[in-house]
This record gives sequence, structure tokens and C-alpha cells, in this order.
Amino acid sequence: MVQRLEYLKETTSQTAGPYVHIGLTPNRLGIPGIYPVDLGLSPISDGAMGERITITGRVIDGQGMILRDALMETWQADAAGLYPVNDPRGAADPHVIGWARIAADFDSGIWRLDTIKPGRVPAPDGRLMAPHISVWLVARGVNLGLQTRIYFDDEEAANAACPVLGRIEMRDRVATLLAKRTAPGAYSFDIRLQGPDETVFFDV
Amino acid sequence: MNAKTDHLGPLFPRDCDWHPAAYTPGYKTSMTRAPQRPLVSLGSTLSEETGPAFGPSMIGTMDNNLVLNFTGQPAIGERIIMHGRVLDENGRGVPNVLVEMWQANAGGRYRHKKDGYLAPLDPNFGGCGRTLTAQDGSYEFLTIRPGAYPWPNHVNSWRPMHIHWSVFGSGFGQRLITQNYFEGDPLIPLCPIVNTIGQQAAIDVLVAPLDMNRAMPMNCLAYKFDIVLRGRRQSFFENRKEGL
Repeated sequence: MVQRLEYLKETTSQTAGPYVHIGLTPNRLGIPGIYPVDLGLSPISDGAMGERITITGRVIDGQGMILRDALMETWQADAAGLYPVNDPRGAADPHVIGWARIAADFDSGIWRLDTIKPGRVPAPDGRLMAPHISVWLVARGVNLGLQTRIYFDDEEAANAACPVLGRIEMRDRVATLLAKRTAPGAYSFDIRLQGPDETVFFDV
Repeated sequence: MNAKTDHLGPLFPRDCDWHPAAYTPGYKTSMTRAPQRPLVSLGSTLSEETGPAFGPSMIGTMDNNLVLNFTGQPAIGERIIMHGRVLDENGRGVPNVLVEMWQANAGGRYRHKKDGYLAPLDPNFGGCGRTLTAQDGSYEFLTIRPGAYPWPNHVNSWRPMHIHWSVFGSGFGQRLITQNYFEGDPLIPLCPIVNTIGQQAAIDVLVAPLDMNRAMPMNCLAYKFDIVLRGRRQSFFENRKEGL
């Protein structure tokens, strides 16, 4: 017999289900009075440095249906590429919280994120990743939260040098991670869970 | 190396055979919401190793008391303490992290506009709670044990009694949502959502045992539910540059 490895196993994931908003965004759902405000309303506060941007999009299933019960969270660096919590490189912009919780609109399924464009963050080998916002998505029918990233289609040079985008062997799939600039400061980013234009999801 | 640096290492890879697969046809909704392409595998980066922090100023004193936090009048049902620890795979308690939970009332009815089940709402039960873990990773809620409820999957599908849990670690890549079940519930092995999990051992970790030591005589019963998040490596042997 060899020695026993004394690690615990991660708690098994289960779907967030259709009623996730009761727990995570009760005020937006229409259950006021338990919490004064929902958490994660904005990833920035007034005075955040950097380019203000708005990203809107939809989450679409394998039959082309728009999910109206999806819940997403985002995590991003400040305009200089520093994370607001536990970044070993130093303190970030105090007006950047970095985290947001986004519920798709209950009727249209459209979601919206008002934030600043993040700066570049180094990968573990020191090469710079392109500006990106990390996304975690849960919903009814999703057994384990899906992790993806929003990159920007007007960052061609940074995207071409990004070691994470470089890991995607099927090069035509990189485009599924690029938010499309539709107007100054405005981007659109649809997430396709399944099918020909399926968004790249990561195991990180 | 101080304790803080100790928390900044790369995340242990997830065991994807332990978690439910994305495509689990017994749970019908997963069929059109499961990616068909393989996940792109990466080692964790700063984007996953850092994550949001939450402080006590964000949490109200009644936020972990679902018996009273909706109207101040007590909800109807079986009073229980739900308690446990948030740990990582190294077995260490994870302090100061946000634990959120939501559930149906004692009759299995959710306070959600999409829930049309005929069991009535309890006017004094909202159904959500939140707290921060203590220095040893422990947490506690007072609530009502939720009822089972039917759902449109198979003709006669019923969810076991369960509470939904949402937990943060110190890194965004540790983010986890799950559900706990209750010891002895005969609906557990019948449930298509439970059975998205392929291994019995991975189901067992979701079943909270009755904990008579934490029950309060003439007041409430107790169940214990420990939650384990992905571990993090210490960074002695990382090839990252000093200070990066």
C-alpha cells in the first residue's frame, strides 16, 4: 500500500435552476425587503479611469432560442490591467470593483454590462493576454457553470499575441470570443451554447 | 512566505469526470444547453486566481435567518439550522467568502413569478439568505426545511427536498453553484438532476446528514453541509517571475 493522498474532492456542481434569481438578484426579480440592494450591480464606481464601454448580448441555445433565465457574472481588471483584489503586482484603481452580476432581461433575454475596457494582464509565463473580461454563466439546464471570455474585435494586435487565444486550435472559433464594436464605446457579444457557431468555453 | 501569498497559487485542475457532464438527456433542458465542442483547457491565470471580495458591511444581521428575514414574522415549517464549513481541496477553511442560498418553502413553492405550483406561498417566507464565512470557514443559517416539488421533466418528476448554494472562493475560477439534499430522502435516487452526476461518491457529498449535536432542544433540528472549493497550489515552484 502507498500512502494516502489527503485531498478533499471539490463539491459536485448542480444546475442553478430556473429560480436562481431568488437567491442572487431578489430585488431585480421583484422580492424587495430582504436585502437593501442586490450585489454586483456595477463593476465600476464613479471616477473609474479608462474607456467607458457598454456590452450587450444574448445567450442562445442549440435551437436558436434566447435564454431568459441565464445569470452571468463577470470579472475584469482595471484600465491598467490590475485586478482589484489580491493582485500580487499592486493596487488597482480604487473605483474599479471588477465584478458584476448580470441577469438577462426576463422578457427579451438581452443582457447589458456597463463598464470600462480592461487593460492587458500577463499570463503565467509573462506574455501579455489581450484585454478581456472573464464570464461565468449558469442557468437551468447548465450542470456546471460555463467559463468563457469577452475579447474585443478592435484589439487586433493584442488578440493576435494573446497566449490564451493562441491555444484555440480551430482558428475560426476565436471569432466567437470577440465582442463586435457597433458604435463608439458599444459592443455586442452573443453567447451560443451549442451548434455551428458555438462559443468557446474554457476548462481553467 | 506569508499566509496571503499562500492563497495566490494556481488552481488545481477540475475533475470533469466527477462533476456532471454538460449533456445529460435524463435532464431534458440540458440537451439544448450543453456545448458539443470540447472545453479548451488552460492552466489558471491571474484572471481565475483573483476574484471579488465581500465585506461585513454588505451583509445584514438577519440575512442568514430565513425564518424571520422576509416580514419579521416566523415562516411555517420544520425549523432547521443549516451549517458547515467552506473548505478547499487542501482541507483548509476558506475565510471571509460569500455564501448565498435559496430554496422553496415548506410546501415546495418558490417565491418566483415562473413557479405556478398549486402549493401556496407562505406570506412570511421569502426564500433567500446569505452570509460570510468565519475565520475557520464556518457558516450557519436558520431556515425552514424545503418541501419536495414536481417539475415538468418526465411526467411524474419530483425534486427531492433541496437548498441551492452559491459560493465564492478567493479566485473567480473557484466559483461554484450546487444543491444539497437531506439524509434519508427517498426521492434522491429518483431525481434526473441528481442523476446528472455519474458517480455515487459525487452524489453522496451533496447529502447533508442530520446533526443532533447542533440541534437546539425545543427549538430546531440541524443538518451539516460542508462545501469544498477547488484547491490552490503554493507557488514555490511556479515559473512566474518574482513579483509577477
